[in-house]
Amino acid sequence: MDVSDQIPRGVPQPSRRWVNLLLGGGVLASIGAFLYPAIQYILPPLVAESTSRSVVAAKVGELKRNSGKIFKFGSHPALLVLTAEGDYKAFSAVCTHLNCTVQYRADLREIWCACHNGLYDLAGRNVSGPPPRPLETYEAHVQGEDVVVTRNA
Amino acid sequence: MKTAIAAIIVFLWALGSTGAVSPSDSCITCHASLGDKTGEPARLFATDVHRQAGLGCADCHGGNPNDDSMDAMNRAKGFRGTPKKTQVPAFCGRCHADITYMHRFNPKARADQLSQYLTSVHGKRLARGDTKVATCVDCHGVHNILPPSDTRAPVYPMQVASTCGRCHADATYMKDYKIPTDQIALYGKSVHAQMLAAGDTSAPTCTTCHGNHGATPPGVSSVANVCGTCHVFFTQLFEKSPHQAAFARQDLPGCVACHSNHEILKPTDDWVGVSANAVCTNCHVAGTNGYRVAKKMAGDIARLRTFAGEAEEILSTAERSGMEVSSAKVELAGAHEALIKARVDVHTFRAAEVQKQTDEGVEIAKKAHAAGIAALRERDFRRKGLGVALIAIVLAISGLYLKIRQIEACKEPRPPVDKAGP
Amino acid sequence: MASLYRQALNWLDARFGAGKVEEFLRHKTVPVHRHTVWYYFGGMTLFLFVVQVLTGILLLLYYRPTPNDAFESVQYIMTQVRFGWLIRSVHSWSANLMIFTAFVHMFSVYFLKAYRQPRELTWITGMFLFFILLGFGFSGYLLPWNTLAFFATKVGTEMAGSVPVLGHWLLVFLRGGEEVTGATLTRFFGFHVAVLPGLATVLLALHLLLVQELGMSVPPRVERAITEGREPARSIPFFPNFLLRDIIGWYAALGVLGALAAIFPWELGIKADPFAPAPAGIRPEWYFLFTFQTLKYLPSKILFLEGELAGLMGFSLAAAVWVLVPFIDYKAGLGRLSRFFTGLGVFVLGYIVVLSALALR
Repeated sequence: MDVSDQIPRGVPQPSRRWVNLLLGGGVLASIGAFLYPAIQYILPPLVAESTSRSVVAAKVGELKRNSGKIFKFGSHPALLVLTAEGDYKAFSAVCTHLNCTVQYRADLREIWCACHNGLYDLAGRNVSGPPPRPLETYEAHVQGEDVVVTRNA
Repeated sequence: MKTAIAAIIVFLWALGSTGAVSPSDSCITCHASLGDKTGEPARLFATDVHRQAGLGCADCHGGNPNDDSMDAMNRAKGFRGTPKKTQVPAFCGRCHADITYMHRFNPKARADQLSQYLTSVHGKRLARGDTKVATCVDCHGVHNILPPSDTRAPVYPMQVASTCGRCHADATYMKDYKIPTDQIALYGKSVHAQMLAAGDTSAPTCTTCHGNHGATPPGVSSVANVCGTCHVFFTQLFEKSPHQAAFARQDLPGCVACHSNHEILKPTDDWVGVSANAVCTNCHVAGTNGYRVAKKMAGDIARLRTFAGEAEEILSTAERSGMEVSSAKVELAGAHEALIKARVDVHTFRAAEVQKQTDEGVEIAKKAHAAGIAALRERDFRRKGLGVALIAIVLAISGLYLKIRQIEACKEPRPPVDKAGP
Repeated sequence: MASLYRQALNWLDARFGAGKVEEFLRHKTVPVHRHTVWYYFGGMTLFLFVVQVLTGILLLLYYRPTPNDAFESVQYIMTQVRFGWLIRSVHSWSANLMIFTAFVHMFSVYFLKAYRQPRELTWITGMFLFFILLGFGFSGYLLPWNTLAFFATKVGTEMAGSVPVLGHWLLVFLRGGEEVTGATLTRFFGFHVAVLPGLATVLLALHLLLVQELGMSVPPRVERAITEGREPARSIPFFPNFLLRDIIGWYAALGVLGALAAIFPWELGIKADPFAPAPAGIRPEWYFLFTFQTLKYLPSKILFLEGELAGLMGFSLAAAVWVLVPFIDYKAGLGRLSRFFTGLGVFVLGYIVVLSALALR
């Protein structure tokens, strides 16, 4: 890149001012193009935290006894049940048969899949119908006002 | 000395009670030494479940196991000998129908096998003198009987079809009976046989639908009940559907008319509708209401599949371009769920029910598709942003280049000034 | 503008003698000859290292180094954080580009014999910097905690275990236990963001100081041509001429990185599951492929040694020779041709290229 050998003197070149303008403008533009994403990056996004292994599923008092609630856990649906005896139980709501979303049936006091009538008991065990495996169980406990569900690592 | 004698007695008693050496079972001792067929039972008996329970030959056949002479087989003294074919059920039933006796060995044992058998086709024909039918020993074996939970037993779930097939698949043997002999072959092609072969012992085999001891083919009207023991939703929906009454009027078997009884294959979407593979057109001809309903149902399902497929494709494209679309893919699972439910709802045979399901699924698929479009738009935004940044960079580089030229146009190249030598 | 610059410089000079630095930089020159183009690669590697530090610091704002959160936090950066995809992909691509330019820098210095007296220490500090860069690559690769990274780390640390005497201790030290677990992740994170940067900074400072002190080496043939009068000795000032050219290269590198990040984003993979079986076709990153492939070809026993151990010893020996080449090839320092070492270099380069290609098939 030895330019000085190749350019004979006397060849017209853009004036100093234009070169400085181009250089300055280009450098500023490029710095802007780098700084803009960096600054946007530093400002925290709307969803404040990465989805970790624990989620607030519901507020205390939100669920009546012998009822269930579907909530989002990570990128999958999960089921929180408040049993008739007053215990909170949490499971993955993805049916182990063909991945339909299960629901709590207050009349059966069991977890039911509407697609092919699969049934799971309140320990998540597959007790009837096509599901071949139990539901993944999560831990649910009360922290102050919240019912927190955590996945066992 | 006393301890030694006591030890010997205990030892002999122990040996005797394990059956390792039965000093007093003359049947085995004598017959085992005989060759050919006469000796066979004694040799087979080693693995028999009755032997494990502490029973011997005499418990079934009578006679005296302590007697080494031929007098052991004295009919006057209680020897029963080999039962005739027609006597076999009662022979086994002497114990197996006696619940008090059976409970000595297994408190949960049933004692209704004999009474069930007598209601079966096999039992009824045997009572009329047909000796070609199956009796206890034809399915369970004779002298090396294993419990049904033993994988080697002829009545272990995986073996049942071949055990029944010993007669029912033999065209020559079944010549005089007016029933087909292709059931086993057809069953072999079914999804149930595949499930069984894959190790699911709860999968249906012959005895699941026909019963084992009380083997009777389910009547036309009760077929749906049999299928319904596992396929609950389908039976419930069918019973409320127009087909229930229509089939009953025409004496058509419920599930079997479309799904077959033995050759139960995995259904595909093209079974519904009016195309070449469709089962609907077996009855419904063009122009009838049924034809229209079939066409509509098939159309709706196809529509859902198309939308779901398109959404799937665009999300894959977005993912391959490096966009993160995992949550949209999870949402799309709802569309697949709707497709599954729509296939179940076909059995209402009402187009509106299927459409309700497919409409829901199509909504979800459309949303997922929109997410895919958004992802691709974001991808294009990134590439445009890249373009802008590259332009800025090119400007900067051009500026630098020209600056270098400018600086060096008026300078002579200088000799090196670095301090270190070569 | 210039007077403002003057004023600032005078202010600093009065306080810590900044004027001396400026004076030096103004007089620093770079020799110009047909091999000048290779002089750019050291600066390019340094630039890419700076890119790594900056993007790394940005990633640190959101990354979480625990097995429960690592993968999710990277996913979060890629999907939720504005331009997170850009920062993360630039970091991953720049890592690979940096190691590539480091290879080019190392081989160009080798072939141009710039390691010869008095620049032996520059070569040695450079080699250790190179090993540190490989350490950066190996430790950083695990941090997203995906399946490929998990198993690549398992295989890599397993090889450490076959070192004689110290092997098991080394394996446990690296993994933070007997197996690759969350403890390994924490440890690798510590190496990646604290230990290695600290070591690298010290060695880099030494390396750069030595380069400034000793100036740029001129390849032996060119040197001979100059002393024999066949070629004029030419040079350009470092500041601004060479630096402006450097900057063009750096801008071009930024453009390449941006394009790679936007068109070929770095994949997320699947979260690591220690209990799942290893997927087929695990491979280390490309810069380790030649060692990986060599070990595959070695028989299970060579003489009395286990194949893997023999391979490791072989590579260690080769690395030792390579690091000590300024002392072994002392003839180059005396101005004599050392064709053997050129040939050795060609062999090594060819070996690396061929075996990496074989590993990719």
